[in-house]
Amino acid sequence: MPSISRDEVAHLARLARLAVTDDELDLFAGQLDVILQSVATVGDIATADIPPTSHAVPLTNVFREDVVRPSLGQQQALAGAPAAEDGRFRVPRILGEEA
Amino acid sequence: MNSLIRSTAAELAAKIASREVSAVEVAQAHLDRIAEVDGAVNAFLHVDTEGALDAARKVDDDIAAGVQVGPLAGVPVALKDVLTTEGVPTTVGSKILEGWVPPYDATVTRRLKEAGVVILGKTNMDEFAMGSSTENSAYGPTRNPWDLDRIPGGSGGGSAAALAAFEAPLSIGTDTGGSIRQPGAVTGTVGVKPTYGGVSRYGLVAFSSSLDQAGPCARTVLDAALLHEVIAGYDPMDSTSIDAPVPPVVAAAREGANGDLSGVRVGVVTQFSGEGYQPGVLRSFEAAVAQLKQLGAEVVEVSCPSFDYALPAYYLIAPSEASSNLARFDAMRYGIRVGDDGTRSAEEVMSLTREAGFGPEVKRRIMIGTYALSSGYYDAYYGSAQKVRTLISRDFEAAFATVDVLVSPTTPTTAFPIGERTDDPIAMYKADLCTIPANLAGNAAMSVPSGLSDDDGLPVGLQIMAPALQDHRMYRVAAAYEVARDAALGATVISGVPQLAGASR
Repeated sequence: MPSISRDEVAHLARLARLAVTDDELDLFAGQLDVILQSVATVGDIATADIPPTSHAVPLTNVFREDVVRPSLGQQQALAGAPAAEDGRFRVPRILGEEA
Repeated sequence: MNSLIRSTAAELAAKIASREVSAVEVAQAHLDRIAEVDGAVNAFLHVDTEGALDAARKVDDDIAAGVQVGPLAGVPVALKDVLTTEGVPTTVGSKILEGWVPPYDATVTRRLKEAGVVILGKTNMDEFAMGSSTENSAYGPTRNPWDLDRIPGGSGGGSAAALAAFEAPLSIGTDTGGSIRQPGAVTGTVGVKPTYGGVSRYGLVAFSSSLDQAGPCARTVLDAALLHEVIAGYDPMDSTSIDAPVPPVVAAAREGANGDLSGVRVGVVTQFSGEGYQPGVLRSFEAAVAQLKQLGAEVVEVSCPSFDYALPAYYLIAPSEASSNLARFDAMRYGIRVGDDGTRSAEEVMSLTREAGFGPEVKRRIMIGTYALSSGYYDAYYGSAQKVRTLISRDFEAAFATVDVLVSPTTPTTAFPIGERTDDPIAMYKADLCTIPANLAGNAAMSVPSGLSDDDGLPVGLQIMAPALQDHRMYRVAAAYEVARDAALGATVISGVPQLAGASR
């Protein structure tokens, strides 16, 4: 039995904001199933008594001096934008039709 | 072939500093070489001719004016296209950033410029550094100068191929699961992943933040060490940067070149052998270990049982972090935008843009990461992978309690043919089998060529791993081994690379 269905992959693609095609869904569903079954072996040795490691360097609360520093100007920040207007990022409408 | 392009970085720096040759001549020789061979190799995504010549001119002017310059001043470098360069395109090998010109320099870029190192251009890579062959680049694969029908490794195939094709004496890579070391191994070049936090990640387009680490690539161990000291060091702009002195890697490389490893304890990782390993790779590795013994090292076998689980843990942790990091590519602030026709919502435009801008491997990893982090699956997948990470760190700790460095083959096979693994993600992932543990634990590791495999005549890499912040240990061992290897072969490994078509001189 596959560990992940085609419908679940379609759901993941929606969550990840990827407008995948039907052909891609067919391909990815099979590949993701193989990959997930392969990586699930981590469960073989990950017993309850082992603490998780999120990071190789155990650093916490790295602060900097609270001083003003030079940063990107408005023009620089907007220079790479796909669309800009009146010195701001121009974005498509943020609400859907049904909203 | 112009002798300048076959010189080491150390030789070039000395000639430039003594004004035997100008930095402009050196830059031009490499730009000419790129023009001559890069059509076949495709190591570069962008060549910054003007920027390189301007930087070289500045070095020549400084030297003429008696200004004290750094140890690599005037030497050209090829920069992986994952590091931002102000005013010079940065694509990360992805369509989603096609045409993006960053408004700032990465810290690595800034340090190179301040040291007078001449940036020739940006090198090809697997999209977002996700891959082991550079075939996932949206701009076509890079080809291995040893055999143009084979992969140069990945993700930093461009940086490694540029060295092997004599397009640059130095390059910068980034290593999340082996992306510096594995390309180094399959191209017969040296690649170093410094201790995590040793080189700033500021301006490095993030793939997996807890694993990503930039490092030096070169044709000799000493050159890599010289470049290491230029780019390494504490940077307040990276909150995971280590506030400690840079390990003395140049001194260690020079010490190692004396050829004495007596007193050095070397551990052979028993897990990295057997099924799935090319016989010629294992024979090359065994010969390298024998050479280390001859140099005076004490060699023992070390078992690191949890290393067998490093690959599955990595292919959960890295995609999980990637799914979060790559959420920033939302078609709003930078990069391409698709489908903004006035009727579609921001969410629809975002989904269409990401669909058009990301390639298949990036999509696969984003979805795997989204799955592994989702409630209901988190404990079984991401949580378990984090526990494996703990076990791997414990294995390293136990090993380094008894040995100074660990060794293994860098990658199980030599360079495979282009196209062979593109339809089989698991086969592709196995190229990172031996390199991943050091990323998960954060310690230092490097690959140094161990000659050619006797079954196919292609380069093999010896991986040397050292504890965190003990990067100098592996440089010493690598430098000693390099001298002994060249003496035994009667030549450097890289001198065996075939002459490229079009390169007639």
